[in-house]
Amino acid sequence: MFQIRIHGRGGQGVVTAAEMLSIAAFGEGRYAQAFPSFGSERTGAPVVAFCRIDDKEIRLHEPVMEPDALIIQDPTLLHQADIFAGLKHDGYILINTNRSFDELGLADFLKDWRHDRLRTVSATDLSRKHIGRPMPNVPLLGGFAAVSGIIKLESLINAIKGKFSGKVAEGNIAAVTAAFNSVAANIEEARSHA
Amino acid sequence: MLKQIEGSRAVAEAVALCRPEVICAYPISPQTHIVEGLGEMVKSGELKHCEFINVESEFAAMSVAIGASAAGARAYTATASQGLLFMAEAVYNASGLGLPIVMTVANRAVGAPINIWNDHSDALSQRDSGWIQLFAETNQDALDLHILAFKLAEELSLPIMVCMDGFILTHAFERIDMPSQEQVDAYLPPYAPRQVLDPQAPVSIGAMVGPEAFMEVRYLAHAKQMQALDLIPQLTTEFKTQFGRDSGGLTRTYCAEDADTLIVAMGSVLGTIKDVVDEMRTDGHKIGVLGITTFRPFPLAAVQAALRDAKRVVVLEKNLAIGLGGIVSTNVRMALAALSIGMYTVVAGLGGRAITKKSLHALFRKAEKDDIELLSFLDLDQNAVDKQLERERNTRRCGPIAENLLRDAGIVAARNY
Repeated sequence: MFQIRIHGRGGQGVVTAAEMLSIAAFGEGRYAQAFPSFGSERTGAPVVAFCRIDDKEIRLHEPVMEPDALIIQDPTLLHQADIFAGLKHDGYILINTNRSFDELGLADFLKDWRHDRLRTVSATDLSRKHIGRPMPNVPLLGGFAAVSGIIKLESLINAIKGKFSGKVAEGNIAAVTAAFNSVAANIEEARSHA
Repeated sequence: MLKQIEGSRAVAEAVALCRPEVICAYPISPQTHIVEGLGEMVKSGELKHCEFINVESEFAAMSVAIGASAAGARAYTATASQGLLFMAEAVYNASGLGLPIVMTVANRAVGAPINIWNDHSDALSQRDSGWIQLFAETNQDALDLHILAFKLAEELSLPIMVCMDGFILTHAFERIDMPSQEQVDAYLPPYAPRQVLDPQAPVSIGAMVGPEAFMEVRYLAHAKQMQALDLIPQLTTEFKTQFGRDSGGLTRTYCAEDADTLIVAMGSVLGTIKDVVDEMRTDGHKIGVLGITTFRPFPLAAVQAALRDAKRVVVLEKNLAIGLGGIVSTNVRMALAALSIGMYTVVAGLGGRAITKKSLHALFRKAEKDDIELLSFLDLDQNAVDKQLERERNTRRCGPIAENLLRDAGIVAARNY
């Protein structure tokens, strides 16, 4: 079972991101479970959502205690004490930012981590460009697909087509593809330097 | 048809397939998405021949459902928590009058302190109201139980609460198999009331009954629930024939055959318990599970048959009968009356406290050694409790408990008294 925890703020589509990811996994014939952290969501307040993906039925109904991956939609949340809580060593971390892990002050904390699992993507910029407003949630899923290989870009695009239509769908597909390509290129570049 | 949708949406679609004629809606978390979904389906014309009534309170919701049902309409509503308590008088009337209303209870804690999260206090407060109560373990279960509930309710002319864990199920996107309209139509015939307000054949529904017949009317309510103990397994078999799934039933066991220790629970926590049991079985522990699907009528014989060979029983329940212990345990105790089996009550998950595999592993391993109290509280912060008790001993005007505990936990900014 692969477990993902998504951190963001009310209004950034945190819960929708977890739901879309679960729909994409379902589209691949797998079992998935997405759920919010059940807080009283308010615009701007920290929000957490979870997604589990497995090849068999998921019976577990506890919150995700030990995620395999973190998607952080808003880097201003990095200073929360518990944002990395329970994250498995060598788990994936994807942050929506234009800065590097060094610039975010995380280099020391993550120095023993597998660096190929730590990625950033300018998801807010990409969403502004392709969707016309700052909605980093869906583009980040493209970045997650590129870094983790847990989900296919094509499955995310199918999930977007099921949820949105017209211009919104087109914009989200362009943004998710751009984010996927950005992270994939980034990984390729890192590999060529290695 | 397989779908990946929210639990609330799955229930809304299943209820729509049952062709309800009147839906009374009043919003309360975590139930709201269900009636919102139904409202959209009525407005779009997807759900035809159905009147969607926005009412001014939960009391009105149940009162309108009573009127609709008495007039011969298939009636549905949904609520939770304080909403269920606010409609309580009408809840008793619906069952007392024998009207087959189906209601979803998206289980949530009851205040004060106000809390929107899940436990079973709301539905269990109405356990003796005369309603049949079914508890869903999964979202598939939740949608299937609604289809079964309409059939069962109308056959017996009794109302039914389908209980599903608030947020944990209602707000979870999971894979479900949605039946077709043809399948549901083949299983659930149009509503043929046993009593109806009809100007051509006038009757009173709700006549005053004095000491001469009140006992008998009440006894008949009990007798009808006893009939449900036979009817539920029968309708469950028919359900399997039509839909190919094991949904419903009185109780369900898991790894129970040779188990020394049996865990009894209701609702979504059963999934987490089963995962723990699988892991413990791998390590050689003889542990199993009894899930109670039908809580009213309480299936005494089925529970007794499932538990009779165990060495000990642990009832894990999401409610607290304050001043006594656990409501489910008290019922299970009746099933064990003639047997000398040790029984432990564990109160867990109140107000949305997460019930984790880690805590269950530790609990079950201790229980196997009979190393737990008869009544215990999973993951209770004893220090927080002791601190408040000490405050009450030392200070007369020690302030509101809820705020004190939040302040101790660092959630409310510190303030000096």
